[in-house]
Amino acid sequence: MNIHTAFSAGRLTLYLSGELDHHEARSAAGLIDQLLDEYLPRDCAVDMSGLNFMDSSGIAVIIRISRRLKDMGGRVWIENPAGQPRRVLDASGIDRLVPVAISR
Amino acid sequence: MNAQNYIKLDFPSQSCNEAFARTAAAAFAAQLDPTLEEIGDIKTAVSEAVTNCIVHAYPKEIGRISMRLRILPDGQLEISVRDWGCGIENVEQAMKPLFTTGGEERGGMGFTIMDSFMDRLRVRSAPGKGTTVVMVRALRQRRKRI
Ligand SMILES: Nc1ncnc2c1ncn2[C@@H]1O[C@H](COP(=O)(O)OP(=O)(O)O)[C@@H](O)[C@H]1O
Ligand SMILES: [Mg+2]
Repeated sequence: MNIHTAFSAGRLTLYLSGELDHHEARSAAGLIDQLLDEYLPRDCAVDMSGLNFMDSSGIAVIIRISRRLKDMGGRVWIENPAGQPRRVLDASGIDRLVPVAISR
Repeated sequence: MNAQNYIKLDFPSQSCNEAFARTAAAAFAAQLDPTLEEIGDIKTAVSEAVTNCIVHAYPKEIGRISMRLRILPDGQLEISVRDWGCGIENVEQAMKPLFTTGGEERGGMGFTIMDSFMDRLRVRSAPGKGTTVVMVRALRQRRKRI
């Protein structure tokens, strides 16, 4: 699991790549907490185009980001999920809590 | 000839084995010529079942997990994941969406995802004795083998 970032005009984009399972979730959540503290973004986009695998542990990470952004008065959404992660997002019903933007 | 094929894997409940278990399951399923989407579904369900053993069945110790994959006579794939951990008091309640005893780090969506990605899901559990999750998935036959 890798996380790359881009920041501009108050918007932090988190580019997730690799596999986000329970084994990876704790360090990913810790790193994301650090990034949110560092950038204090107004908006946060989670780009999943590079993510090859995700399960419900990844859903829990997204819910955690959404709680933090809500506390900070900001918004969070998911961008470009594909393949397996997209099917997991669909099955979880996360879009009721965090908007999912599908390109194409 | 496929009808009798099976594998059995025993491993300790270390989280680094989550990726290994789902990759092994996908490799076994490959002989059924699954689509990419079917491979993803199998990996997801295995990841959920194995993670539950690691997180819930053995919260404070490293215990044994046994995964068996089997091709049923009708060509369906059966996946069984077993632990000898704490067991589940109320299985019906545990399987409800959003139910979790895991707090902040869990979302309570594991069984819901297993259920929606597999054709059949059965959970047997006894408190103090352990849990067995059995899942069955029919794979579309894409092309006839020669
Ligand atoms: N193998 C297991 N051993 C003991 N308890 C389990 C096991 N699998 C699931 N559970 C119980 O069922 C609940 C729901 O599981 P699940 O739907 O995967 O959600 P989550 O893992 O996010 O809690 C767990 O919180 C736990 O209480
Ligand atoms: Mg779970």
